[in-house]
Amino acid sequence: MRGAGCGVRGAMTGTVPLSAYLILSAALFAIGVIGVVIRRNALIIFMAIELMLNAVNLTFVAFSKFLGSMDGQIIVFFVMAVAAAEVALGLAIIIALYRNKESVNVDDINLLKG
Amino acid sequence: MSHIWPMFNQIWLIPVIPLVGSLVVGLMGRSMRRGSVALIACGAASLALLASLASFWRLLSLPPDARVLRHSLGSWIASGELSVAFGFLFDPLSATMALVVTGVGLLIHVYSIGYMGEDRDYHRFFSLLNLFLAEMLVLVLADNYLLLFLGWEGVGLCSYLLIAFWFERPAAASAGTKAFLVNRIGDAAVVVAMIWMILLFGTLDFQTIFTGAPATLSHGSLAASVLSLLLFAGAVGKSAQLPLYVWLPDAMEGPTPVSALIHAATMVTAGVYMVARSAPLFQLAPVSLEIVAWVGGITALYAASIALVQTDIKRIIAYSTISQLGYMFLGLGVGAYAAGIFHLMTHAFFKALLFLAAGSVIHALAGEQDLRRMGGLRRSLRVTAGCFLVGALANAGIIPFAGFWSKDEILLAAYASGHRLLWIVGALTAAGTGFYMFRLYFLAFEGESRLTPEAASHLHESPWSMRLPLVLLALGSATVGFFGIPPESGVFHRFLGPSFPVSGHQGGSAPSPSGIGLALAALVMAGAGILMAFRYYLRDPKEPEALAERYPTLYRILVHKYWVDELYDDLVVRPTMAGARFVSASFDAGLVDGAVNGIGSLLGSAGALLRRLQTGHVPAYVLSILVGAVVLLGYLAFHG
Repeated sequence: MRGAGCGVRGAMTGTVPLSAYLILSAALFAIGVIGVVIRRNALIIFMAIELMLNAVNLTFVAFSKFLGSMDGQIIVFFVMAVAAAEVALGLAIIIALYRNKESVNVDDINLLKG
Repeated sequence: MSHIWPMFNQIWLIPVIPLVGSLVVGLMGRSMRRGSVALIACGAASLALLASLASFWRLLSLPPDARVLRHSLGSWIASGELSVAFGFLFDPLSATMALVVTGVGLLIHVYSIGYMGEDRDYHRFFSLLNLFLAEMLVLVLADNYLLLFLGWEGVGLCSYLLIAFWFERPAAASAGTKAFLVNRIGDAAVVVAMIWMILLFGTLDFQTIFTGAPATLSHGSLAASVLSLLLFAGAVGKSAQLPLYVWLPDAMEGPTPVSALIHAATMVTAGVYMVARSAPLFQLAPVSLEIVAWVGGITALYAASIALVQTDIKRIIAYSTISQLGYMFLGLGVGAYAAGIFHLMTHAFFKALLFLAAGSVIHALAGEQDLRRMGGLRRSLRVTAGCFLVGALANAGIIPFAGFWSKDEILLAAYASGHRLLWIVGALTAAGTGFYMFRLYFLAFEGESRLTPEAASHLHESPWSMRLPLVLLALGSATVGFFGIPPESGVFHRFLGPSFPVSGHQGGSAPSPSGIGLALAALVMAGAGILMAFRYYLRDPKEPEALAERYPTLYRILVHKYWVDELYDDLVVRPTMAGARFVSASFDAGLVDGAVNGIGSLLGSAGALLRRLQTGHVPAYVLSILVGAVVLLGYLAFHG
């Protein structure tokens, strides 16, 4: 992300256009979504979610640069802080789950149904 | 004392005191000793009597034409044009009623101490008795129809609760229900009448209605007739006249003090009171007055004829009550309002006396009520027998006992107003009255003893708390008629006169020779009835059976009370029940329950469908969120 901030006056004057960042970000997000949907291992799903979060972070920073506003970058810090908390919580849940089920496969976790 | 007196003659105190007594006894009586319960209840009744006397005194100090005390406790209903107050009215008519209710009521309270002494629900009984007094006093002291109706329904409720006092007995429970339901018919008519009066007069206040009535309703108009007949329909229900009398004989399932107080002396006279109170309205409707007189006369004869052959001691007196109430309506109907109220007062004394004496007999015989298993009781129940004899003489209208003065005045008024046929009906009733009263007396107190051994061993004279009211009421029954001498211009009539409109044929003259002749004729009829009773039941005890065998049809008709109960059962009760059962089976079970159950099962099956979506499979949820997000984004992208 620091690479995106090398141009001082905005992305339009730099070498990499905004659309490139957005396409990359969309690709990362899509990979994350596919990971969440098709993988069965809870840890992998977890990492895929992190990937989606970071794809969004990338969009924020790109737009922040493009618009010349610091708001997007500030939000990125918030997202990272929340993501860190989420990691702590999520890993704890996965460990608790493993202790109960001897498995981290989401197909085995289906007690909460109607 | 003198500084308490001015406060004590406030008229609103009269109904409030027994109400407080009822609440205290009803809410806290369970944990009180019986003596305290009796003390509070009888104390409330006697304070109410004292308050009535105080107000009566205040009333007497006013000049005769201005004898009206009013007191309003504030507004009750204020809705647009209509406003109804908690207003009390104390005029000679209310005063008479209040004194009768509290006086007889107090004696019956005292009597109940002994009669109900062994009952489990002692405090419930006294609480209800006090509540009844309060409601009855509201009824007679109200200054508008709505407050009167509050008391009217209140006494109906107390009547129901007290008839069904021994509710473990199915007969008592159903008798209470019957009384309540039959009374509803009349009450519905009163409600209609009240609504109509609001429309006509914009108020329910007695004074406003009565002064405005001649202008609003012309004399003899259809509206006046229908309005007064609606009120009379209520009175027919409450005062047990044809055709709504059927509840009163069954009401004898209640404790005897209740029969004496509510179903003889006070509540059943509420209808008479209301018609008398509404006299200015009835005065505008000659047709209604005619109907009142005839319903009263026919009921009097009809009930007396049934009483001739009954064997239950209380039921005979109950039919006698219906008959005497008929006399009162006869008096009102021929315009002799004061005579009707006079009979109401004397009747309260002697009928309460008869019931209490009958109760004393029942108490002495451990619950025996059948005349065929009594006889010869005079030897062991001297006080009771003597008092009963006084009551019977008063009821039969024998000079100089109370009933003579009031009943003959009614008959005289009927004759003087040109109702010759009604006079004959009344005189025949007098003969019947003499017969059934003394048949009862002879069968119970004279002749051979036919007691069951069990009852004979239990035989004892009642305690003083029961004998004292008997003796006092006997004194009253013997003497209270003297207030009405000479007929139509006695002390009583001069006191009561200003409460009623002057009707054409109420002369107020000294007894004329023809008047004395008529009185003698009625007296001879009553005497003949008594002699017949003597002949058949004391001299030749075999004779009545022979008579019954000689006229089997007549006897059967009378014993079965003209099959009226059966008729009502077939005509009204059964069709209603069948209809209700049909509706309950078809409409209620089909449509109402069907709709409710249908909505329930619809939601259930919809839920069963939807629950399949809730798999608990997280990737599926994620997928659906994804699909939803894509669809939403697609929509926003292409249509937003």
